[in-house]
Amino acid sequence: MSIFVDDDTRVVVQGITGGEGKFHAGQMIEYGTNVVAGAVPGKGGQEVSGVPVYDTVDEAVEAENADASVVFVPPAFAGDAIFEALDTDLDLAVAITEGIPTQDMAKVKKRLSEVDTRLIGPNCPGIITPGESKLGILPGNIFADGNVGLVSRSGTLTYQVVDNLTERGLGQSTAIGIGGDPIIGTSFIDALEAFESDDDTDAVVMCGEIGGEDEEQAAKFIGEYMDTPVAGFIAGRTAPPGKRMGHAGAIVSGSGTGTAQSKIDALNDAGVPVGDTPEEVADHVEDFL
Amino acid sequence: MKLHEYQAKTIFADAGIPVPDSRLATTVEEALDAVDEIGYPAAIKAQVHVGGRGKAGGIKIATDREEAAQYAEEILGMDLKGYTVDQVLVEAGVDFVDELYVGVTMDRGEGQPVLMVSTEGGVNIEEVAAENPDAIAREHVDPSFGLHPYQARKVVYEAGVDADVALDVASILSTLYDLYEENDASEIEVNPVMITSDRDVVAADAVMNIDEDALFRQPDLAELAEESYEDDLERKAGEYGFDYVRLSGNVGIIGNGAGLVMTTLDLVDYYGGAPANFLDIGGGAKAERVTQALDMVFSDPNVDSVVFNIFGGITRGDEVAKGINEALAEFDEIPKPVVVRLAGTNAAEGMEILNTDLIEVEETLEDAVQRAVKNAEEVAQ
Repeated sequence: MSIFVDDDTRVVVQGITGGEGKFHAGQMIEYGTNVVAGAVPGKGGQEVSGVPVYDTVDEAVEAENADASVVFVPPAFAGDAIFEALDTDLDLAVAITEGIPTQDMAKVKKRLSEVDTRLIGPNCPGIITPGESKLGILPGNIFADGNVGLVSRSGTLTYQVVDNLTERGLGQSTAIGIGGDPIIGTSFIDALEAFESDDDTDAVVMCGEIGGEDEEQAAKFIGEYMDTPVAGFIAGRTAPPGKRMGHAGAIVSGSGTGTAQSKIDALNDAGVPVGDTPEEVADHVEDFL
Repeated sequence: MKLHEYQAKTIFADAGIPVPDSRLATTVEEALDAVDEIGYPAAIKAQVHVGGRGKAGGIKIATDREEAAQYAEEILGMDLKGYTVDQVLVEAGVDFVDELYVGVTMDRGEGQPVLMVSTEGGVNIEEVAAENPDAIAREHVDPSFGLHPYQARKVVYEAGVDADVALDVASILSTLYDLYEENDASEIEVNPVMITSDRDVVAADAVMNIDEDALFRQPDLAELAEESYEDDLERKAGEYGFDYVRLSGNVGIIGNGAGLVMTTLDLVDYYGGAPANFLDIGGGAKAERVTQALDMVFSDPNVDSVVFNIFGGITRGDEVAKGINEALAEFDEIPKPVVVRLAGTNAAEGMEILNTDLIEVEETLEDAVQRAVKNAEEVAQ
């Protein structure tokens, strides 16, 4: 088992004719994902990597029974593309795009509360259930099938931690990058809740970073509701206040909220060991299993 | 992206928000010309992107020409928390009897803009928020509808603003929300809004930050961004299009992906070193990007050694290594020791072809960071 995506997930790629969309659609297909359609306005009738392209997501769903979408649409149009996915009643939309204006995402967030679709991202590497399906840009070959769930705000940091896990034979049930933006669709808590109810996830790794209070809230959730053991990692201990560290959401406020220390303390209080290095995170997971 | 006070006030004034009469000055002579026109008392205010300017000596009130000259002399050219002041706003003093705080910002947790009003204006609002959160009235705005005028009135009354000026304050708040939306602001703050003895309402300060991700549709504001770099290295990073933050240490850091670069910084600190910068070169590692990234870190005189950490996910390690070799060939000499660590797809193949005459290689992140820290210690001696 796994969470959110599996063998049966049928994917439409929004923006499949663009450079990124085309390349990663090919990578997804190679990994074994059921990419059943592309959706690009004005490009209906074309084919990319053997996948039929439609003008709208609606047509793609109608014709190919897609139930999930991956959004590779430039920032200026990505908010609109996400709305299209949400209004088409898909089960899942994964937005890879980085740099969507925050006020656009505020409108998306409001819409999310009115529909049943789950949004992962934006500004995320996507989601993978090793051996079954990947939606996004994660490098499939570093993952291995197993029983460790992983949720992270960052892409390459996820790969680093996965690498450490896989090297020790600790495979993953599902790994999710929830994204580095201030406003995102799926929170740590959403992912943790799903891992907690997944029979095949026996331990969870949570990689957070500076900015906001999502990690603190997740820590509270873990303390109150989770039996599955969780190991943590927090990036940005050395980040100065007021500076955006790459991710739009990774910023310690001038008043000192959103610091790494506050997140580490909250996790420790919830009984979650936090690694000083990615290697130490793998040590903790090994201890759990 | 932060706007200067004078830039924000121009936007406020154009939208009809009352602001004090003011002039921008870059020399003492210009400042004196300005006070001659404006009269006394006049505030001389440093225009730099740092908070707490007043406490740091960047804002002075002059009551005559002699004082104005003295303060302009002091403030122009002064170092304010690492930034050199090269312009001041000369502004008519406001005879106020009361100070308020009003602001609009994005509540990340709720995913909605929030209006904030407090009668405890003129002081550090973050301290008010920490010590006495009830002193700040808040009202969330549904972004799909925008602000309903009643919401501005409601939050102003809830904050306990005096009834005779409440509607004027609500009107300012309403305009600020419009500006927040129109300009893709991430934050707008007026602290303080001053109430004069004549019961007029004036925006005496102005903080306005713009969402950098929205600058593509805010061309006028994007031009202001280009003028706002206050450090040559930041300017260079802006030209190269890197996410770059300069820090005070001596270990230069280059990597891909915000989380992993932050982690590399943290590890430098963990192993006893001090990071000199955050530099994310983004996906892949084409030779040109690597050359630019090395140019960035080598241009920082504080840097004594460099750690270069790339997790080549989709981009194969051997391609990354080729890019690094090509980039290194661009340099006549490698001025500071560079440790490279490649991981991910085809990392081993990549490590094998790296030109180890010019750089050192390490297999793990932990080893690479420790070696770079050691190199920095040796160079610094």
